Amino acid sequence: MTGDFTGSPIRRLEDAALLTGAARFVDDIELPGTVEAAFVRSPHPHALIRSVDSSAARNLRGVHAVFSYADLAPLLTKNLIPPDNPKLKFAESTKAIVLAEEEVCYVGEIVAIVLADSRYVAEDAVALIDVTYEVLPSVSDCRDALAPDAPRVHREAPDNVVARFRTEYGDCRPAFAAAAHVLALSLKQHRGSGHPIEGRGIVAQFDPSTEGLTVWSSTQGSHRVRNTLVDIYDLDETLVRTITPDVGGGFGSKHVVYPEEVIVAGAALLYKRPVKWIEDRREHFLAAIQERDQYWDVEVATDAEGRLLGLRGSMIHDQGAYTLLGFNVPHNASLAVPGPYVLPNYQLDVTIAATNRVGTIPVRGAGYPEGTFTMERAMDAIADELNVDRVEIRRRNLIPADNIPYELPLKARDGSTTHYESGDFPSCLEKALKGSDYDRFAERQAAARDQGRYIGVGVANCTKITGRGPFETGIVRIGPSGRIAVHTGAMPMGQGIKTSYAQICADQLGVEPEDIKVIAGDTGTVPMGIGGFGSRQTVTAGSSIHLASIEVREKALKTAAHMLEVSDQDLELTNGEISVAGVPGLSVSLADVARALSGAAGYARPKDMPPGLEATVNFLPTGLTYGNSVHVVEVDVDIGTGGVRITRYLVVNDSGRLINPMIVEGQIIGGVAHGIGNALFEWMGYDDTGQPVTTTFAEYLLPTAPVVPNVEIIHHETPSTVNPLGVKGVGEAGVIPAAAAVISAIENALTPFDVRIREAPVSPPRLIELIGEAKARS
Amino acid sequence: MTDNHELPDTRSVVLVVNGERREIDVETRMTLADCLRHKLGKTGTHLGCEHGVCGACTVLVNGHSARSCLMLAVQANDAEITTVEGIASGDGEWHPLQQAFHEHHALQCGFCTAGILTSMVEFLGENPDPAEDEVREALSGNICRCTGYQGIVRAVLDAAGRLRARNGAISP
Repeated sequence: MTGDFTGSPIRRLEDAALLTGAARFVDDIELPGTVEAAFVRSPHPHALIRSVDSSAARNLRGVHAVFSYADLAPLLTKNLIPPDNPKLKFAESTKAIVLAEEEVCYVGEIVAIVLADSRYVAEDAVALIDVTYEVLPSVSDCRDALAPDAPRVHREAPDNVVARFRTEYGDCRPAFAAAAHVLALSLKQHRGSGHPIEGRGIVAQFDPSTEGLTVWSSTQGSHRVRNTLVDIYDLDETLVRTITPDVGGGFGSKHVVYPEEVIVAGAALLYKRPVKWIEDRREHFLAAIQERDQYWDVEVATDAEGRLLGLRGSMIHDQGAYTLLGFNVPHNASLAVPGPYVLPNYQLDVTIAATNRVGTIPVRGAGYPEGTFTMERAMDAIADELNVDRVEIRRRNLIPADNIPYELPLKARDGSTTHYESGDFPSCLEKALKGSDYDRFAERQAAARDQGRYIGVGVANCTKITGRGPFETGIVRIGPSGRIAVHTGAMPMGQGIKTSYAQICADQLGVEPEDIKVIAGDTGTVPMGIGGFGSRQTVTAGSSIHLASIEVREKALKTAAHMLEVSDQDLELTNGEISVAGVPGLSVSLADVARALSGAAGYARPKDMPPGLEATVNFLPTGLTYGNSVHVVEVDVDIGTGGVRITRYLVVNDSGRLINPMIVEGQIIGGVAHGIGNALFEWMGYDDTGQPVTTTFAEYLLPTAPVVPNVEIIHHETPSTVNPLGVKGVGEAGVIPAAAAVISAIENALTPFDVRIREAPVSPPRLIELIGEAKARS
Repeated sequence: MTDNHELPDTRSVVLVVNGERREIDVETRMTLADCLRHKLGKTGTHLGCEHGVCGACTVLVNGHSARSCLMLAVQANDAEITTVEGIASGDGEWHPLQQAFHEHHALQCGFCTAGILTSMVEFLGENPDPAEDEVREALSGNICRCTGYQGIVRAVLDAAGRLRARNGAISP
């Protein structure tokens, strides 16, 4: 017998501390003797450091130390932050470094760290440090960077190419030769930064008496931080512990290990006092990763009815100055193109260009929004060319339900091919159309136009790879107190995974979710961990916790059977008590069992039972699982101002089996809001030299409450076949098709002007410009 | 050792924080947010942008919402300050907004939540029976990156109803 918390929208266990101010974020950690850090950062996109004079700063009262590369160098095994995959081949010049030695390659790159009594004094000191720079030519736009005579992002690099790769299958040439229609699209796609409301932050404490280094970091990858510090400083991992306190959002911004984390930890090792650095928003704009620019030039070939025959072309990706993790974003973007459609032949040549801007790497969605945007824009273009309804063209191209499981020869970075093991894309589309009354939209649109209003509808589909391996640990442990703890390498950052994992465990142990304490992100309690990204954690950690809970339950029952001298077949576990069915009073508690298994000095323990009421499982998924979504958006466009109001938003989502529908819906809605930002608002601007021009929330606009609509959600639950819970990841689902759907809706609203939108985001002035251009053409 | 800068001035200020009178010395340049967080231990107030846009640091100063990142602690001398730690009733019973936020999944990472709660305490005091678009407009000074606002809007509307019921206001 198991409980039924799984599938139930129970209220979150995380909330109480967060609602009352009792939560503990990294800046809330106050260790005695802490010194606070501020960074000297390059004001130039590209320059040589000619001299650093920090004498005035060092003499300022309250300043403890100023460290630059030369100070940290004796501790470093190398001035390098290694990428995820050590075998990844890319331009040497773009390898991510800890601290600038001589050359700085983006605005915000770190030149030195100041330690002081307070952040106030540290910032005073930064202002007193006199760095003499020799400004070098720089390149800002990733297309310009590829010109033969472009300034080099790194002065000694032969060119600005980080890497090139091709994603392909089939053979496009004969497919295009036989096509009834061939259409070309040039797309400019931009995604900004993650912008969690809590920026990055780190506290590092070195204890000379134990030689232990403890680091609290607001990160999506506690173990990644530990492993990187161990590697860079040649430390013993048993003496390094990273702890992730409450995290105020991630969205990809906290997925990489940053120079700041390495330097702050190094400063603590050097100065032997706790060091704290809390990022301010300006620093987040300058030095936290972004996803930024992609330029796609593709051709799509179809038969006479608009069925896809092939898609081919090229894409340029803006990598920034350094490769912090790898090139997941352009790779994912190239994988995302086919989505839920039958695309028989595909070829995309990707060029990753270095620029004198901060490095790019995944923001929520991680390339999937861009690949999806390309395919969905192509769908709309085909529909327009053939004069077929935009939904009908999608219907003709969706993978039929009876073709699932469906395999595409596209390789994920674990080497596996794209394998849609479950799902029903046509049913999801039909549910979305029915739910949004799509069939009668044309009538509403005509009526609105009679009143001088321009309303439009957009529809977009996507698939999303979820549940990336290789594993995430689940440990379930019941101590002598009877209290239940779940430890995992999975990383909470607002998703509510502690609640979801407690639900999974409670179902096996016959207790309430609130009886279970979930401890996550502490390398001191879980030796290995991968981290929070890629909509992966409930698939991997959730499954491990589920299996570990079953093991603990079985062990508890067997032990109780021994203690009660009955067969375990006769036992039932409810409310933390194991009792003999039908025999009132004959029972032991989980605490009794845990005490018996924890042993007593020299006494015998329960027969054949290994000590301890606990289990550790590292579930190894047999494959990736793919979620899919359909978004239907209605907009009202003001052709006088270019203003776009979203009047309706409906999502059909297949995330497999839902552990907590309330949490799943929260993830989807939050993702949609992020996608609306990508469609209409969020633009990280740089001038022609690489100087950032949007460094406040007054210049970089995040979606606010009046512009984000209510989102209606219809679940389509097709359980995954590759994990025991049947779940698919949902952390990124909402964001992926959102910009494609919103842009499609705007284009649809502007049909009378024949406007074609080949970019995201579109601001009101840009929309006015596009309307003007279209009018001039006609 | 020579100082390039004058030592910052300090002043003695009296702040009444969540009903408790505190007399402290603060640097004149210290923001109210940093004072509350680091000198008075009220870490429930969070800093999201430090330029007055995101609203995470919002507290009530003499009953009115204020960005504690844009206000100096010395400017709050003699003021009554309410932070998120002080919005529940004295016996610890949650404010109806806190309860409604929990029930409507109006928070995820929870970092912006304190500023939203304090902003909405003021808003519902001024507008006890708001329409949805009024709630959305009132929320426009607070940025939430996680929730898409839907749960927050529902929670505020629900809390408005609970507060009206509690205050005995009966709609005609």
